[in-house]
Amino acid sequence: MDKTVANLATAVAGIEDGMTVMIGGFGGAGSPIELIHALIDRFRATGHPKDLTIINNNAGNGHVGLAALIEAGMVRKLVCSFPRSADPVVFTDLYLAGKIELELVPQGTLAERIRAGGAGIPAFYTPTSFGTDLAKGKPVAEFEGRSYVQERWLRADVTLVKAETADPQGNLTYRAAARNFNPLMCMAAAETVVQASRVVPAGDIDPESVVTPGIFVQKVIECANPQQEEDLNRANAVYPGVA
Amino acid sequence: MTAKLTNNQIAWRAAQDITDGAYVNLGIGFPEKVAQYQPPGREAIFHTENGILNFGEAPPQGEEDWDLINAGKRPVTLKPGASFFHHADSFAMVRGGHLDVAILGAYEVAENGDLANWSTGPKGVPAVGGAMDLVHGAKRVAVITDHVTKDGKPKLVKRCTLPLTGVGCVTRVYTSLAVIDIEGGRFVLREKLPSLSLDALQAATGAELLVSGPVIDLIVPEL
Repeated sequence: MDKTVANLATAVAGIEDGMTVMIGGFGGAGSPIELIHALIDRFRATGHPKDLTIINNNAGNGHVGLAALIEAGMVRKLVCSFPRSADPVVFTDLYLAGKIELELVPQGTLAERIRAGGAGIPAFYTPTSFGTDLAKGKPVAEFEGRSYVQERWLRADVTLVKAETADPQGNLTYRAAARNFNPLMCMAAAETVVQASRVVPAGDIDPESVVTPGIFVQKVIECANPQQEEDLNRANAVYPGVA
Repeated sequence: MTAKLTNNQIAWRAAQDITDGAYVNLGIGFPEKVAQYQPPGREAIFHTENGILNFGEAPPQGEEDWDLINAGKRPVTLKPGASFFHHADSFAMVRGGHLDVAILGAYEVAENGDLANWSTGPKGVPAVGGAMDLVHGAKRVAVITDHVTKDGKPKLVKRCTLPLTGVGCVTRVYTSLAVIDIEGGRFVLREKLPSLSLDALQAATGAELLVSGPVIDLIVPEL
């Protein structure tokens, strides 16, 4: 079994117009910058994919990665918990102009909705957001004297994440807090695409250390020395940059 | 109103109530200061929503690791015994009742324990992050805040007017003037600045302050 693919273009080839795409990362930690930029390259060459629904904790920062994807005009709707950042101008301008849709989800609810999607649980109850504007229109139920809000699962056509180490079977480890949403998103998509900083032979990752088992992963591409959003933003980088 | 505590002093006071070994989440911004004022000999374990337990202070400039950040996306370091976990586990710690204390900021706190701290209204881009999750599940949810707004209006009110973060969730408020518990849908005064009369404190508060026991002088070191 070999899930590795030859290049970034092949890695993101399964994303089509109107799809729902989960993108891993919390801020820049765990964000698959190279996969996102490959998707932007395809859009600039072909006009596709567009009208995407993107699920991420944030709405990008600066003009690289997720912010660049939004800036390119490929995103119809964003599902996230915190669409503010040090430099949120790309999302903010489109949102205030009514050109991008936002579904605001409390962070823990976002994580659990994604986990539920991957685990085959269509709905669950959580205390989070009870009695607030974000619970409007959602069923409420009482369990053992406390009120809870019903939330639905989130699933995606494709997930893009960054991992630290992968093997050809798709087993993954992550680096530090770059783990965040990534293991959950790997579970919740029909096709999970992973950029790993290192791809090692099967057997080289200790089974005790595997965080995401390969069953949740369809494509793996090695990106040694991946770019980090915070470093790019400190350098005022813009993707795709001046031609 | 003249004398009031600085933000550092409010944070110091809140830190005195955190026991050794407690698992603690500090909200982004002002509440993060609480970590600096742990009493000697006590060491809390700090939790951040993005998947770290037992992180420490910021690294020196130039030594940042951008995979090692807190929920405010600021670089942190690790203490011995730190661990990493994914977001669903992180919020299981939050909602599952595993945290001992969450300390958060506030726009308004109501006498019934309602908290408003995520939105000042319909203008701009809404953002909630983990605020609505954090107010549920921690064994104790405390707020640190100036007693009044920049315009001098009470932040401790009868009922919140801003969009709620959570219902009936706050149990203690540390302000620039006083320490107040929320019990049975009422503000109960525990400590106040010694230079401040009860009448003056009541005048700066938007709901009745109940005095049901001794009111201790709120004395805080210069910080």
